[in-house]
Amino acid sequence: MKEAGVDLPQALPSGPSAFIPIEEILEEGAAQEVMSGALLSEGRVNHINMMMGLHPTYLNCFLRTQNALLQLDGPLPLSWRHFIIILASARHQCSYLVQHHSTAFLLAGGDESWLRGLHCAPPKIQHLQTLNKLLAHRPWIITQEHIQELVCPGAEARWSLAELIQAIVLMSHAHSLASFVWGCGILPEPEQSGDQSLQLCSPTESCSPRDKARNHQEWSEAVNEVKLLMERMMMVQQQGEEFTQEEMVTRFERERTESLLEHADVQRSVLPDCFSRFVVDADFTYQDFSPRGVQAPPTMRAQDYSWEDHGFSLMNRLYGEMAQLLDEKFQVVCALTYHTMAMHSHVDTSTLRKAIWNYIHCIYGIRYDDYNYGEVNQLLERGLKVYVKTVACHPEKTTPRMYFSFWRQFRHSEKVHVNLLLMEARMQAALLYALRAITRYMT
Amino acid sequence: MRREVTSAANVNNDSTSASPERAHLFIKGQCVIPYEDVNRDRVNVCVTSRTDCHARCNFYLELRLEMEKMTRVSTVNGRTMFCHLDAPANAISVCRDATQVVVAGRNIFKIYGLEEEGFVERLNLRVGRKPSLNFSCADVMWHQMDENLLATAATNGAVVTWNLARSCRNKQEQLFTEHKRTVNKVCFHPTEVNMLLSGSQDGFMKCFDLRKKESVSTFSGQSESVRDVQFSIKDYFTFAASFENGNVQLWDIRRPDRYERMFTAHTGPVFCCDWHPEDRGWLATGGRDKMVKVWDMSTNRVKEIYCVQTIASVARVKWRPERRYHLATCSMMVDHNIYVWDVRRPFIPFATFEEHKDVTTGIVWRNQHDPYYLLSGSKDSTLYQHMFKDASRPVDRANPEGLCFGLFGDLAFAAKESLMTGDVGRKTYPGGDRRYPIFFFKKPDVTEQFAQVSSALSVFESEAGSSVGMDWFINTAKSYLLSGKPFAELCEHNAQVAKKLNRPQESTTWTMLRIMFSEPANPSLSTNHNLNKSGNLPLVNSFSMKEMSAALNERNKENRQDNLHSLETNLNNNDENEETEGSEGQAEYLFGDAELDDDDLYSMEHDNQAEEPEYLLPQEAFPLRHEIMDHPSAPEPVQEKPESPHVSGSETESTCLTPMESINLISVSQLLFSPHLPPKFFCPIVKEMLCYYAEQGDVQMAVSVLIVLGDRIRKEIDELTQEHWYMSYIDLLQRFELWNVSNEVIKLSTCGAIMCLNQASTTLHINCSNCKRPMSNKGWICDRCHQCASVCAVCHHVVKGLFVWCQGCSHGGHLEHVMEWLKQSKHCPAGCGHLCEYT
Repeated sequence: MKEAGVDLPQALPSGPSAFIPIEEILEEGAAQEVMSGALLSEGRVNHINMMMGLHPTYLNCFLRTQNALLQLDGPLPLSWRHFIIILASARHQCSYLVQHHSTAFLLAGGDESWLRGLHCAPPKIQHLQTLNKLLAHRPWIITQEHIQELVCPGAEARWSLAELIQAIVLMSHAHSLASFVWGCGILPEPEQSGDQSLQLCSPTESCSPRDKARNHQEWSEAVNEVKLLMERMMMVQQQGEEFTQEEMVTRFERERTESLLEHADVQRSVLPDCFSRFVVDADFTYQDFSPRGVQAPPTMRAQDYSWEDHGFSLMNRLYGEMAQLLDEKFQVVCALTYHTMAMHSHVDTSTLRKAIWNYIHCIYGIRYDDYNYGEVNQLLERGLKVYVKTVACHPEKTTPRMYFSFWRQFRHSEKVHVNLLLMEARMQAALLYALRAITRYMT
Repeated sequence: MRREVTSAANVNNDSTSASPERAHLFIKGQCVIPYEDVNRDRVNVCVTSRTDCHARCNFYLELRLEMEKMTRVSTVNGRTMFCHLDAPANAISVCRDATQVVVAGRNIFKIYGLEEEGFVERLNLRVGRKPSLNFSCADVMWHQMDENLLATAATNGAVVTWNLARSCRNKQEQLFTEHKRTVNKVCFHPTEVNMLLSGSQDGFMKCFDLRKKESVSTFSGQSESVRDVQFSIKDYFTFAASFENGNVQLWDIRRPDRYERMFTAHTGPVFCCDWHPEDRGWLATGGRDKMVKVWDMSTNRVKEIYCVQTIASVARVKWRPERRYHLATCSMMVDHNIYVWDVRRPFIPFATFEEHKDVTTGIVWRNQHDPYYLLSGSKDSTLYQHMFKDASRPVDRANPEGLCFGLFGDLAFAAKESLMTGDVGRKTYPGGDRRYPIFFFKKPDVTEQFAQVSSALSVFESEAGSSVGMDWFINTAKSYLLSGKPFAELCEHNAQVAKKLNRPQESTTWTMLRIMFSEPANPSLSTNHNLNKSGNLPLVNSFSMKEMSAALNERNKENRQDNLHSLETNLNNNDENEETEGSEGQAEYLFGDAELDDDDLYSMEHDNQAEEPEYLLPQEAFPLRHEIMDHPSAPEPVQEKPESPHVSGSETESTCLTPMESINLISVSQLLFSPHLPPKFFCPIVKEMLCYYAEQGDVQMAVSVLIVLGDRIRKEIDELTQEHWYMSYIDLLQRFELWNVSNEVIKLSTCGAIMCLNQASTTLHINCSNCKRPMSNKGWICDRCHQCASVCAVCHHVVKGLFVWCQGCSHGGHLEHVMEWLKQSKHCPAGCGHLCEYT
């Protein structure tokens, strides 16, 4: 335990995150046993693990899953796995992951020439590009034809279902992890920062003193906000009102189509070369649903295809150990709570967590029949929604301002908690669509 | 009655011969009840039993009663039929008199009448312009007491009851919106008209009295989602609930504060449960872990009495009426079939219905007393009525006989008991055989059952030393030489081996092969010629060799053994060392052999030149063995030099040991074929010969010849066949634990699929020597105790390669270091005081 405290600072001239002061992370997270485990296995703790270390039970699960995905036996060669991660994280312009896994790729004996770009990789990997694109941005479009294309093209570049399922898990893992990296403003590792081109793309914009000052000024205001939120949560828990189906659908659609992203000020710049060489069709991004009228993509009913029943069963068949690990990870993240909210403790936060989870599934077009989407509107303030939707759908557009403008009075660890929920909900949504397509292909 | 019959059947099967009297009765039985398979089985059992006349009469009486019941039930003569629904179904349920079925799903809620010719839509309960989510049903149940009463569980958490007697179009009667999340299951009390139970995702079960507006009691599952609730059929107050976390709870309806019993039934969610219709304490559960389990609750501790392993998550399970051990299951994902299992025979479904094109979501037996009709709804938007007689029986397709050869020529044979008793053939093995039934699977034929009643397993042992024994195989495998010498010599040697083992045919084959492929076009090449410097014909040379001095013979024999030994050692070393560095020792062996040889033998290498293309260089000296094998025709003189003495040394012995018998044969063959025939000429014959050996079961011969001939024959035989032979031979070798030989064969094979066998599972899992935990990461540092895991006790550096350790004190280190250390001291280098022993 002790060495964790000693070793950490030297790796962190600027801290792991652009948003969260290093002191807070060390104070809350560093003294955890899981962290020292991670430290010993890799020689040091990388920034992602440090951030997750704020929630050690989750970190434990996460590391186990990641280890199984990247290190243990599986249908894909080790170097391929890293390369797929590179492809996937490049879609979200996540330099952190691209760099990290480029190194790992070479360590695993990967062919250096592949790193020159997607066109240098074997055609089999290139075929994956469409699925990667869809999984990252619009998973609801994935159909059985996409699966079929990969699984039986008749050529030798054929994917087996077992390989494909691992690739899908890898890709959705990388996409959601990229969300986490952007959402928490994780800074490049010290040895990565040497590369100038990469640093440009990282969220180096740090929290300015002005922001802090303002935070301080608005403290009392913020305290009231928390109180209000808690009152609303109580209300939501108690109310037993009833709605027509139409009303419920309307509410769902309203949440789904709400336009939250600032289109004007975020201009798409030309993709830096370090990403563009791994990305095909870079303009394909999350599609903001047009409000009403124009045909919205079909919703997926959670009751018709759920992870617990269907997703798990299929995954268990094709990639057993991963199904178990993911199931555990989802369970842990859904159950994670410290019964605290900002300065209050002994709070039942389940409604709030449920609202965030369902909201993310909602923007990915998954609808729960038994959930009243009015709750989302009541519990999630606009700032939070903007942040959540940006991080989930366009993580590369996350700005420090978004991070600081929601839940101003909450602890950083609670914001990281939101990010964990976000990341897992996003991953589950993408997996569900992909698994549903595979199910349809198989039947 | 049933139990009695069971024992009777046992008795019958024990007796081996059927008396004429019984046969007579049997026929009579058939006359009495001529129309149902099932009943015939019953009669069969009854008649063959040794119960007295009185009991038999009773039985007939009961049988007749049962028949009457059946005829009453099956007034509707059905057939397998189906109808298209408009939307996928989530659940189905039948009304009490089995004439109507209700289908519920997200977008469908209809009642169909069951007519003789098909389904007829009776009623659409989904009314209104914009049907509310209350119509989106996860489950439906028809009351078994009141034919107008239905209940549905909605995905939005509502529990709805419907009264078909209402005059208006909307039949909805009551709406309970007490659950916060999806209701997974509703269940009416089997005898109480107004009692309804629901289980929901929100972790609560609620009991409703239909005369009241709200629930009368709520049972909490401690926030674990409830997947199924079922009222016990026999116990008025009991119900079972299954949960997402794998638990099953038993509740008393009068005590909502606490469950009566709880046990963990499955890993992962328990999707369904079903009470046995007759056995009070039996509950069947099905889970995501692909298992169906039957629990006996009648005892103090809940006991798992049967377990069926299916191939997919089990979505529904339903006991089959009137069949005590039968239950039907359907799966949640991927697998669309409905299976009917006999829980006592969990390995093969008793019957399968394969009609659906998508997962089956609801199954229900049409009538509570009729085991022949099964209704099912599916995601493929069809509703089926399955007739039991149309079910496919996997057991019919399964091979009822099994036959297997043991390693040492023993033969095990499993077959139907009846076959075995009828066939007295085993008496033909009077001495050697020993017959014992390993299992004696008894299947009481209470109902129509698995056709096969029981199997007996017989094992026939081979007599020691008989021809069936496999000693010849082991010896041959050990002594054959497959590489490392010129072709002719290999053949010669192998011919010797075969000869010694009293296998003249194989021996002759080898000799023939040598002659065929030894470039007869250039007779001067013959090794024998060189050796003796006499006439042209090899056979003469061999002959004359016999008369050489005994002393030479003796020495050569010794030589040969040395060679053999060294070669084997080399091979073994090479196998193990492939990935570690260096093979210094191996080159020495080769040179050492050369030194043993006489000078005049050594001189022969000059005459040998022309034969170079013929033989393969011994691999051990060259890491790039495969390339050398592939281009044997381009030997470099430099490489050649050190090898030649070794080669010539072996030649001597092989020639001088040529046996008399083969000489005659050779002389004949040599005369028959013109010496100018190219080796190609023989290929078809050789191919035929190889196939012949393989067919005969002597795959050893086929593979050995294949390897020795190498390129000469390889292209003649297609890859798959070769692979097949290799696989069989390697499998055999491994069964006899001839690891070295099998490894050599793998190495020498030219099939890609075979060669890569050596590269599989090369991972070695190690534990840290300090903290005894598994080392999970790469490198040499344990990730837990933060120390180097395998340190050499002598030099205190990490050992990366061969690690040798004492089994007494478990200290050790680099092989060389420990060896050196032990020259000086007997104690452990780590200083633990142990007197180390290395073997």
